[in-house]
Amino acid sequence: MAPVTLKKLVKRYGNVDVVHGIDLEVKDREFIALVGPSGCGKSTTLRMIAGLEDISDGVIEIGGKPVNDLPPRARNISMVFQSYALYPHMTVRENMGFSLKIGKVQQAEIDQRVNEAAAILDLEKYMDRRPSQLSGGQRQRVAMGRAIVRKPEVFLFDEPLSNLDAKLRTQVRTEIKRLHAKVQATMIYVTHDQVEAMTLSDRIVIMRDGYIEQVGTPEEVFKRPATRFVAGFIGSPPMNLNEATVDGGRLVLKGGQSLPLPLEFRNKVVAGEKVIFGLRPDDIYPTGHGLSSGEATDVHELSLPVSITEPLGNETLVFITLGEKEWVSRMLNPRPLAAGETIKLSFDLSQAHLFSAETGKTLRS
Amino acid sequence: MDQNNAHRLKRRGLKVLHLVGLFLAMLVICLPGLWIVLNSLRPTVEIMAKPPVWIPQDISLDAYRSMFGGAGQGGIPVWEYFRNSLIISITSTVIALIIGMAGGYAFARYKFKGKSAVFLGFMLTRAVPGIALSLPLFMIFARLGIIDTHFSMILIYVALNVPFTIWLIDGFFRQVPKDLAEAAQIDGCTRWQAFWQVEFPLAGPGIASAGIFAFLTSWNEYALASQITRSVNSKTLPVGLLDYTSEFTIDWRGMCALAVVMIVPALTLTFIIQKHLVSGLTFGAVKG
Repeated sequence: MAPVTLKKLVKRYGNVDVVHGIDLEVKDREFIALVGPSGCGKSTTLRMIAGLEDISDGVIEIGGKPVNDLPPRARNISMVFQSYALYPHMTVRENMGFSLKIGKVQQAEIDQRVNEAAAILDLEKYMDRRPSQLSGGQRQRVAMGRAIVRKPEVFLFDEPLSNLDAKLRTQVRTEIKRLHAKVQATMIYVTHDQVEAMTLSDRIVIMRDGYIEQVGTPEEVFKRPATRFVAGFIGSPPMNLNEATVDGGRLVLKGGQSLPLPLEFRNKVVAGEKVIFGLRPDDIYPTGHGLSSGEATDVHELSLPVSITEPLGNETLVFITLGEKEWVSRMLNPRPLAAGETIKLSFDLSQAHLFSAETGKTLRS
Repeated sequence: MDQNNAHRLKRRGLKVLHLVGLFLAMLVICLPGLWIVLNSLRPTVEIMAKPPVWIPQDISLDAYRSMFGGAGQGGIPVWEYFRNSLIISITSTVIALIIGMAGGYAFARYKFKGKSAVFLGFMLTRAVPGIALSLPLFMIFARLGIIDTHFSMILIYVALNVPFTIWLIDGFFRQVPKDLAEAAQIDGCTRWQAFWQVEFPLAGPGIASAGIFAFLTSWNEYALASQITRSVNSKTLPVGLLDYTSEFTIDWRGMCALAVVMIVPALTLTFIIQKHLVSGLTFGAVKG
């Protein structure tokens, strides 16, 4: 049983705070992803949990016990590094058994556990090779094998897929998910790739500039982003966001055009208030080519010229100009569109988001 | 087709030129060594002959025989010199390596105040010619009463070698990714174990080459040793060469023979250690 708790965790370099007193509770056996742009403090947080980085203030608890002053080896964790960090002078077998050898475990048991891990990760053929004789994906699997063999209570992953090519990334991603199902341990996964975070984790922690912006399930952070930053960060292509001013029952977008104020927000804004209006590409679609056909209650139509299209086979991304920005809409069951062609677009305002222009926080309560 | 032939000819021509160039370079490097070996085997008349005699006419091992033959037969206390050289060189190398490893590791891994200034300071010590220090050193050592001892020579050579070994070993530790030591610590190692189990084996070749450099510096050094050493108590082989000079004559043959005796262990050691200097050992540790 190993929940991980961060209480008012601070990391300071000199006078500069890079992690500003964050609180987080990772439940036992939960898969949690820390995600955010570079420099948001996610890797530093992970390294503090691992014990590789000193804690400036606050408490980290693993399994209910504070571990602030414990060295990495006493925390019962395993870590998979972005760079794999395999020992180049050891074979795959020695790499995987290293932690047990250091822990003075009997050779017979080392062999057994290494073989088990090798079977899980399909590494049996490579056991006597050196890391230099393996491909990137194989090396990453060995790194995971090395982590499994210890049977730790907590697995830490520091951007483990960043060095792999796109195809391999998908493959290893699936393997990590399968691994979590098999070993049933707490996993904390750092990534800057929101797709990885969405596909893998039970809950996502979105970080920015050393603060936690939102913690929630993939569905929550996607459907109900707490801040403008989360809205723009999660989802691909990202949410369309445009500054707007409330004017009676309408939203006047910066740059001119206007849309009706979404019904959900009628009572939550006042006239003249400056807001950020957001709508995902899925919720803007050429009429008749959308997701929410029929059920939508708050749909508004506009005729706009197409500026460019990106066909993806089963769907096409259609770019249009609205207000001062270029907006993306997603067209399902696509038909060919010519640039400059004026089409009717449906805006599903029941899915719209409004954020305070001042604080960036959602206006949905 | 003609173009192909022309290019092939050009390539062959360049290759021949390349080989000739290499041969000449090797000749320049090896000839003095060869000349010393040859001269140790032939009489002074032949050595001094003008024009030079390239192919020796009269080969004998007399110089070696008399060198090891003892004082009566014009020999010198070569065994004592050899012992002194060995004790001084090995001890100073081992000490320089220990300090160099600690220092190099600190420079490669830790941040501290004045790091680059200290590093630059180390390098600047290399800019001071050793001979400029010989007089002050002599005076200080004389006051301390450590002239003509192994200790004084070891002290000098450690001071001489430490900056260089630190500089060299620092570079090799930098090549060992930091992630590896961290991975080892997570795998259950203490900081100390992580160093010996992971970082040391990977920086091993670099440490070995630093060792060779330190050893050869001490083994071959003449200028300072000639000032500080006086007798068989501490005279090293390079200083021993001077035993072959007298007021009016120089025994070139004997000198060359002693030079050969000096070169052989150094060369052997280098060959032995060179085998372990596998480069690129860290390849495959990180990324791909």
